[in-house]
Amino acid sequence: MDNKPLVLSPSPHLRGRNSIKRDMYLVILALLFPTAGAVYFFGLYVLLMLAVSILSAVLIEYGAKMMRRRPFRMDGSAIVTAILFVLVMPPRSPLWIVVVGSLISIAVAKEMFGGLGHNIFNPALAARAFVTVSFAGALSHWIAPVHSMLADGVTTATPLSESFTYTLSKGELYKALFLGNVSGSAGETSALLILIGGLILIAFRLIKWQVPVFYIGTVALLSWVLGKDPLFQILAGGLFLGAFFMAADYVTTPLTTRGKVIFAVGAGVLVTIIRIYGSMPEGVCYSILLMNAFTPLIDRHVHPRVFGMVKRTKKEVA
Amino acid sequence: MNTHVLEVLGLKRPAGVHPPSSKLGAQTAIERAPLPETVTLPLQQHIGAPAKVLVKTGDEVKVGQVIAEAGGFVSAPIHATISGKVKQLPTVASSVTGKAVPGVVIESDGQDEWIELSPADPDKLSPSEIVSRIKGAGIVGMGGATFPSHVKLSPPPEKTINTVIVNGAECEPYITADNRLMIEHPERVLSGLAIVMKALSVKRAFVAIEDNKPQAIAKMREQVSQMKFPGDVNVHVVPRRYPMGAEKTLINTILGKQVPEGGLPMDVGALVHNVATLAAIHDAIVLGKPLVERVISVTGLVKTPKNFLARFGTPASALIDLCGGSDSNADELIFGGPMMGIAQPSFETAIIKGTNCILVKKSDLREEHDCIRCGRCVETCPMGLLPLQFVNLVKHEDYDHLINYHINNCVECGSCAYGCPANIPLVAYIKVGKLELRKLGVK
Repeated sequence: MDNKPLVLSPSPHLRGRNSIKRDMYLVILALLFPTAGAVYFFGLYVLLMLAVSILSAVLIEYGAKMMRRRPFRMDGSAIVTAILFVLVMPPRSPLWIVVVGSLISIAVAKEMFGGLGHNIFNPALAARAFVTVSFAGALSHWIAPVHSMLADGVTTATPLSESFTYTLSKGELYKALFLGNVSGSAGETSALLILIGGLILIAFRLIKWQVPVFYIGTVALLSWVLGKDPLFQILAGGLFLGAFFMAADYVTTPLTTRGKVIFAVGAGVLVTIIRIYGSMPEGVCYSILLMNAFTPLIDRHVHPRVFGMVKRTKKEVA
Repeated sequence: MNTHVLEVLGLKRPAGVHPPSSKLGAQTAIERAPLPETVTLPLQQHIGAPAKVLVKTGDEVKVGQVIAEAGGFVSAPIHATISGKVKQLPTVASSVTGKAVPGVVIESDGQDEWIELSPADPDKLSPSEIVSRIKGAGIVGMGGATFPSHVKLSPPPEKTINTVIVNGAECEPYITADNRLMIEHPERVLSGLAIVMKALSVKRAFVAIEDNKPQAIAKMREQVSQMKFPGDVNVHVVPRRYPMGAEKTLINTILGKQVPEGGLPMDVGALVHNVATLAAIHDAIVLGKPLVERVISVTGLVKTPKNFLARFGTPASALIDLCGGSDSNADELIFGGPMMGIAQPSFETAIIKGTNCILVKKSDLREEHDCIRCGRCVETCPMGLLPLQFVNLVKHEDYDHLINYHINNCVECGSCAYGCPANIPLVAYIKVGKLELRKLGVK
């Protein structure tokens, strides 16, 4: 036996293959589906937005880490945020607003709170909320799907806005909404493609199926109770994208499955209320941001059932 | 709704993790290791009070001779494992706690001369005689916990034990010692079970084996059908899922009962014994042999992984040499399995009663990142805890609050750290937390 020193580390001495990087790249894989849809429906300009968004996000993260004197790691989290931000933006947003978005999402919403794992609000949605109120005029340009890589696009109303009208039959409208052939944010229109990405997330156990099911289910149920068309309400707008890719985010939602269900139901109620009674056509972004604020409270009170505790409580009661 | 139904529907995932089995030596028969030239016997090879030394330098000892007596009720005597001369009484580092403990070094005379053994017919012994013989033989839990067996067999009068569970789960990766023991010596294990059932007048027993050991399951089933027991004995196949062999998890899986926090298996009428412990009980009663050797797997990055019957006090290096030596990349020596085993500072560390495995491996040290709250540790914790909260609280030195999160319910199985994508050594934080909490006097 040679005399090289042995490593003394605490147990377990075996580690699984999970890593933050692996998680993030799997999310990026899932995001490729709605992203491809965004480019297909709204043209190459979306690709340009993505390039600017990803590049600025990574550079801003690098700068922020240097200023905070923390190691910069290419773990993929900035790319996820950058893609998500583009997907929730109008497909013809000015590029300088995309850069401002990266600044808000990465530098303010994430790094100022302590970096990945410490942020309270979903970075992409926080940035979306910020640019929406700051540059309302520049972001009011919604276009119909162009089905061409270079076309400019014709301004039209999004399905959830008050001025939205359609000439299709109800069935054809649902089909258009499901496939994504409607106006809206770059990556939110195709429920089908988001569903494919979402199933990848569920298959790799990156999100719990309970989150999208309870979020979308709550919106459907409450819309129906309030006299709206439930199928239209869940297919229109950014509900699917929010349900699979944002309401199930690790960092900003509760830890336990029960907590996640409370979060999802709460967000579902908020979306419906904002859509029906609020002054804005869409409420997905704000519903998730508001519930993000409740996450610490939910985590404080919703704990898993501790092994061996059931019996004791029963005994004490008896 | 029934838990099983929920699991099938995917509504509830059973806690725990699935590390690769890596049972390298599963098909290798147990081999008797040659007698070592010297043995180093720490006087604490069990949970409880250290044993008190009875020999001095220069004494001649025989195999099985008591060289240190139990230092209290929760304690166990230590026997000489080779015959020869006591060379010195050094202070040695415990292979479990790393703390300094008194030890005895015996130099072999090469004769392997035993004390006179006193075999007995278990049917003719009273329960108290059985327990006192087990105590005298120095038997402790050989699954690794090393709790003195006679204490487990002496429940306070207000507790009734109605079920014995034989732990042959062996859920830790790499280890194959219990598997081989069940395949090659099922009669000793089950004879030990019959003795325990008699000592406690228990009428029901389950032999729990994970479903990745079909040979052991078949052998044990065959043996059960050929033997007479003082009650019902069933071989119960449990799914492969770490930490299935953790006492509380095993009881819950088989009996559907949860041992209360801070409680013992006897609180739900159960008693769990490892298969190696039962074989040792058989040897102690039927053959009159005190505990001086055990089956141990030597595995990992060694040339040929093997299972040995080795005397306590044998240095790890001697057994590794018998396997053809270790790989030059290896830089970690573990006593026990990779999930809960303890890293040793030297290849010369001697094996003790609780050492079921010597694992030679390449270290897998990873840079720790900040928690991303993925919740995997919560999902996999077999005790229903929030492991990441322990890390937060320990980092903030907020030890008082650890108790609110039931830290003492943690069995340190390592499932949380195994699956953590941020490479946080959660068990290390939890150990620090438990230690600090004890310093504060919080129970």
